[in-house]
Amino acid sequence: MRDPLLQPRREGLYCPAGGFYIDPAEPVAQAVVTHAHGDHARQGNARYHVARAGFRLMRERLGEPALIEAYDYGEPFTLGEVQVSLHPSGHMLGAAQVRMEYAGRVVVVSGDYKREPDPTCAPFEPIACDTFVTESTFALPVYRWPPMAQVIDELLAWWDDCARRKVSAVLFCYALGKAQRLLAELAPRVDRVVHLHGALLRLTQLYREAGVVMPPTQPLEENARGAALAGELVLAPPSAAGSPWMRRFPNASTAFASGWMQVRGNRRRRGYDRGFVVSDHADWNGLLRSVRDSGARRIYVTHGDGDALVRYLREQGHDALPLSALGA
Amino acid sequence: MRRFVQLYAALDRTGSTTAKRDAIAAFLHDAPPADAAWAVYVLGGGKLRRLASVTELRQATGTATGYPDWLIDESYAHVGDLAEAIALLLPPGEPSDDTPLHVWMEQRLPSLSRLDPSARVAQLQAWWATLPSEEVFLLNKLITGALRVGVSQRLVVQALALWSQLPTDLIAHRLSGDWKPDATSLAALAQPAGDDAHREHRPYPFFLASPLESPVESLGERAEWLAEWKWDGIRAQLMRRGEEARLWSRGEERLDGRFPEIEQAAGALPSGCVLDGEILAWDAQATAPRPFTALQKRIGKLKPGAKLLAETPVRFMAYDLLERDGADLRESPLHLRRARLAELLQAMPPTLLLSPAADTDDWAALARLREQSRERRTEGLMLKRLDSPYRVGRKRGDWWKWKVDPYTLDAVLIYAQSGHGRRAGLFTDYTFGVWDRGHLVPVAKAYSGLDDAEIARLDAWIRAHTIERFGPVRSVEPEHVFELAYEAIQRSGRHKSGVAVRFPRILRWRSDLSIRDADRLEDLRRMAEG
Repeated sequence: MRDPLLQPRREGLYCPAGGFYIDPAEPVAQAVVTHAHGDHARQGNARYHVARAGFRLMRERLGEPALIEAYDYGEPFTLGEVQVSLHPSGHMLGAAQVRMEYAGRVVVVSGDYKREPDPTCAPFEPIACDTFVTESTFALPVYRWPPMAQVIDELLAWWDDCARRKVSAVLFCYALGKAQRLLAELAPRVDRVVHLHGALLRLTQLYREAGVVMPPTQPLEENARGAALAGELVLAPPSAAGSPWMRRFPNASTAFASGWMQVRGNRRRRGYDRGFVVSDHADWNGLLRSVRDSGARRIYVTHGDGDALVRYLREQGHDALPLSALGA
Repeated sequence: MRRFVQLYAALDRTGSTTAKRDAIAAFLHDAPPADAAWAVYVLGGGKLRRLASVTELRQATGTATGYPDWLIDESYAHVGDLAEAIALLLPPGEPSDDTPLHVWMEQRLPSLSRLDPSARVAQLQAWWATLPSEEVFLLNKLITGALRVGVSQRLVVQALALWSQLPTDLIAHRLSGDWKPDATSLAALAQPAGDDAHREHRPYPFFLASPLESPVESLGERAEWLAEWKWDGIRAQLMRRGEEARLWSRGEERLDGRFPEIEQAAGALPSGCVLDGEILAWDAQATAPRPFTALQKRIGKLKPGAKLLAETPVRFMAYDLLERDGADLRESPLHLRRARLAELLQAMPPTLLLSPAADTDDWAALARLREQSRERRTEGLMLKRLDSPYRVGRKRGDWWKWKVDPYTLDAVLIYAQSGHGRRAGLFTDYTFGVWDRGHLVPVAKAYSGLDDAEIARLDAWIRAHTIERFGPVRSVEPEHVFELAYEAIQRSGRHKSGVAVRFPRILRWRSDLSIRDADRLEDLRRMAEG
């Protein structure tokens, strides 16, 4: 039997009763977009529906001509026959879960989410629903995030150590969301200038304009080299690792801030000196907690390698299935 | 233990060997000697006897976490390291314990082997509960084997040399053999040169050859080089000191009792001599050794019985003389050492052989002779500079191995499993099959030979084309053909295919071939006969 609210299609997750797609991968008429990361917010859709908190970031990503409708968190709106509202997912600034109500049934598509506090965005809001669609990026119990304060302690100790050794501390992190969250977490602890790779400048500025407090930042000078950068903290996107851009640092300690850094083999394979476990996705306990909080009778698991999560949820008595089981 | 955890973290966080050496030297300087001695031992690759089985570790993890076995297995397969997977799965402990490393190594861990399995599982859990995650990880590493933190025995020697201000070769020699990790032995390592009271028990550090990568003519005059066959056996030193004969493997393990016929023959050697050579399986009347696979039957046997001794006799093929009349000959040139070796072996029983020189007038003739390597059951040739001393470790320039090209076969990828360590979470352990009456039968497993980009591409393909899962192993659609190199092929009753392929590795991804082009098992069987 077809689900009137959820239908995975080649273009993306489709809501038949509402006539819209969530985070479509190919151009469609109506797109509800959960957040501004490139693999969710793509150009070319006729009309976008997004959370107001993320509007500026969406505009930056989608360009001036895009038709974007913005809604407050919790504000209901109607698409087709479905009442839709967007609710904080805690993933990054403006990130949303999509709540859909139709014929007395409520479906929530979580999008990407996390349960840890994040000074750059509103916290995840648990929503009671009949069907809950969860992500599963880190769906194994080995993924259990350490407290952020502990990670920041380690990060500052690393920076101090680099300063002592007179080498640059180059921290790789995703340019949108992760970089600004790290800066905001550093804000109460340091007032030293942090240097930014060019890819981070505009996005960080947008976060400042949204009222996120961060330490002073400055663009990495085009000709800055060697000794001038000794002991300095530099934030850069992962794509800069191993690129000619790195040649300006004759001596640098490199680190990557990511949930994947929880596993030593990941760090060693990528060749970073240090790994800091910082993720904007839910860890194993965060996934289980959110499934419980939803009270949903049916759980769909999407994204990543979710087989273990599905099996575990089923053994715990949940009616869980991979989203792909809905078929196209 | 906490200090050692810090050392481990420092080693793990840098790729620089200098930084690693300095970190180890600093630890040797600061740590209590008994702990420093154990650090030298485990960083150099030393292990305790197996203390707990993988099953027991999984069981203890299951009880401590409440997770089902399959989830622990999935986690292990994902992390690629059991010690680490357990540390990540356990609930955070109440760190309360800072027992010194030597107490762990000498008392606590060995006590595990005196417990019955259920008590062992309980003891593991009790320890885990008192340690922070990074110490749980290291403790598990010590229980399960190698530390694998990018530290070689050679780097440990360099750190000891830095710490003691003594030459590396002297440290390497003092550390060889069955060095005991305790405070006294550590102090003995740092004693001034010429003060070696216990030398008689130790083998000399082995001199290792490097692969010849440039044309053989680049070595200069043929007359300056000794050429020998490269034997495919177990490298060993045969020591005769006092009334005793001892056999040491290249891994510096004592082989006492495993090869009684060699020990017995060594009784004919005069006291105070040390031979470097190769243990080979060799039938009484044969003119060439048997393949390495025959020797493997002997390697595992601590005390071989009369039947095995009769079926698979061994010989010692000597190629160097390191000591004579109690004097260290390593500094004298090879041609003198070899002359004295030949003289010594003249009156010896046939179990002790002299590795013959491959005499040719010029390099071209030697290259032709090398083509006979396989029929002589050797791996190629060794080239040794006649006026060179016997050096320590892998030093380039005086000893070269000039191996023959490997055999190859084309096989289809049929199973994949995720790797370990640096390759954790990626499908990098592959099983390959060849055709047997319309079916692909597994014949070889291989782990290396692809570059990172190819590994990533194949990993993504495997995930998308999995047919079935068997725990961590996936069967995949037969589509990709790989050219595998291997050293030898043997008939084998233990393998489903009926053949055992020795040392297979991936040469290249043959995207130009379809699976129909892969090799046939009947051809491999024929090769194994020949």
